[in-house]
Amino acid sequence: MLKLQYISKYYNPGTVNEMCLFDNFSLTVQNQEFVSVVGSNGSGKTSMLNIICGSIPIDEGKITINDVDITNMPEFKRQKRIGRVYQNPAMGTCPTMTILENMALADNKGKPFNLRRGTNKSKIDFYRESLRMLNLGLEDKMEVSVGSLSGGQRQAMALVMSTMTPIEFLILDEHTAALDPKTAELIMELTDRVVREKKLTTIMVTHNLRYAVEYGNRLMMMHQGNIIIDKAGTIKSNVQIDDIIEKFNEISIECGN
Amino acid sequence: MDMTLEAILTILLGVLEEGFIYGIMALGVYITYKILDFPDLSVDGTFPLGSAVTVVLIIAGVNPLLTMVASFCIGAFAGMIAGLIHVKLKVRDLFAGIIMMTALYSINLRIAGKANVAIFSKETIFENTLFEKYVPAIVGPFLVVIISFLILLLMKVLLDMYLQTKSGYLLRAVGDNETIVTSLAKDKGTVKIIGLSIANGFVALAGGIHSQKNGFFEISSGTGTMTIGLASVIIGTNLFKKANKIKATTAVMMGAVIYKLCVSLAIALGMEASDLKLITSVLFLSILVISNDRRRRNKTNA
Repeated sequence: MLKLQYISKYYNPGTVNEMCLFDNFSLTVQNQEFVSVVGSNGSGKTSMLNIICGSIPIDEGKITINDVDITNMPEFKRQKRIGRVYQNPAMGTCPTMTILENMALADNKGKPFNLRRGTNKSKIDFYRESLRMLNLGLEDKMEVSVGSLSGGQRQAMALVMSTMTPIEFLILDEHTAALDPKTAELIMELTDRVVREKKLTTIMVTHNLRYAVEYGNRLMMMHQGNIIIDKAGTIKSNVQIDDIIEKFNEISIECGN
Repeated sequence: MDMTLEAILTILLGVLEEGFIYGIMALGVYITYKILDFPDLSVDGTFPLGSAVTVVLIIAGVNPLLTMVASFCIGAFAGMIAGLIHVKLKVRDLFAGIIMMTALYSINLRIAGKANVAIFSKETIFENTLFEKYVPAIVGPFLVVIISFLILLLMKVLLDMYLQTKSGYLLRAVGDNETIVTSLAKDKGTVKIIGLSIANGFVALAGGIHSQKNGFFEISSGTGTMTIGLASVIIGTNLFKKANKIKATTAVMMGAVIYKLCVSLAIALGMEASDLKLITSVLFLSILVISNDRRRRNKTNA
């Protein structure tokens, strides 16, 4: 269970540009929940993910994962329990390293990075199998450097890599936004499958309202640092895309967009 | 030009000697510049640091082979400090190098005691009683080339092996995409510090070997080290870019030799030895312009 309690976050404190993003923001995510988060630009979606991951500090509040306080834990330590896929497909892979090396790197998460061989030969078949389920033919290009792959292929790899080792949380930060519609669809289906198979607790930020409605078992809409819609379980499954669009238009008009 | 064959051979031999020794240094610059994407200016200080330590130890009667270990270690230590300044004190990469380079000038003087220290007639890895006894006279002129090549080869193989380890993978990852290192639950700062340590170890080792070959320590010998290293790396990696079979480390080794060859040619064509640093700079500039390697890598769209 992930708990954000009474989080306050100011940008540019003490200057004329001071902006309060979160004021007493709280959120609880139950284990194995798949939360889709939508909201306009500047509503705090990505900042919320950054706060959970520790990429940006908070001014007040407390963050716990399964009752362990991680508020002051550095970002890299939190990542032991968290897998994260970014909007930019380049963020999740190493371009100059081969597919095989990238897989080996991801597989070693949580284990020591010592002077043993980087790639364990006996695991190559396992990596191939993991890539085969993507249906992108990557399993036959193990020696190709990832930099020569397309954005969609890289994002698919990033997803496989970030969920390869046991993690408790999956953070998806608009991970289909930079992809063409068809590839985005593929990555989304893949995400859903991985989340179900590995029973991951997931928070997905998306601008695609249809994905938000179709996938996951809890839907949140954020606006100016607040949660203005939060529907879970059967109520969530009855939410129609039109309901969301209506509310979305409401907040957009408010902002003058 | 009325140059005898013998004179040309002597020049070529000199090119290879210098090229191989500077090749070890270039491998270090390859680590920081190509792998870490870190413009590490501390090498201008760590090269003579290796020299200073080597000369002092040799005068004190320490085994010349051991001085190599010592110079590597002290270079690695200096690299670690540069890394700590950058990572822990959050000083920009360029400034961290400049701070180290400047500080090391005085530190090198302190270690050596004065600006010039000779070790002629002392035992070195190139000249010692063992070689005098067992190495046939005909091999004599080639001894420095052979030994420096063997050391360079050993260091290259060790580096290649390291880059294939889990730790080496992480080092390559941090230059490629820092974010992924964090995603792997590793502190990217620590990885950078390790990389800078290894790199400066290589550079100081080269400095030590260079002073054993020349028979003296000279405080200004470090000026331009970074330029030579970068030039070697860029020549090597660009010249052999298309050749997939050739490892980057091999390309860097060859780059160092080609670079030294160009410098020798310039001098043979009538430039003075005092123009050396000017030649170094102009050559480096030409290489940059030709290879179109002027800009820093854009990491976000890597």
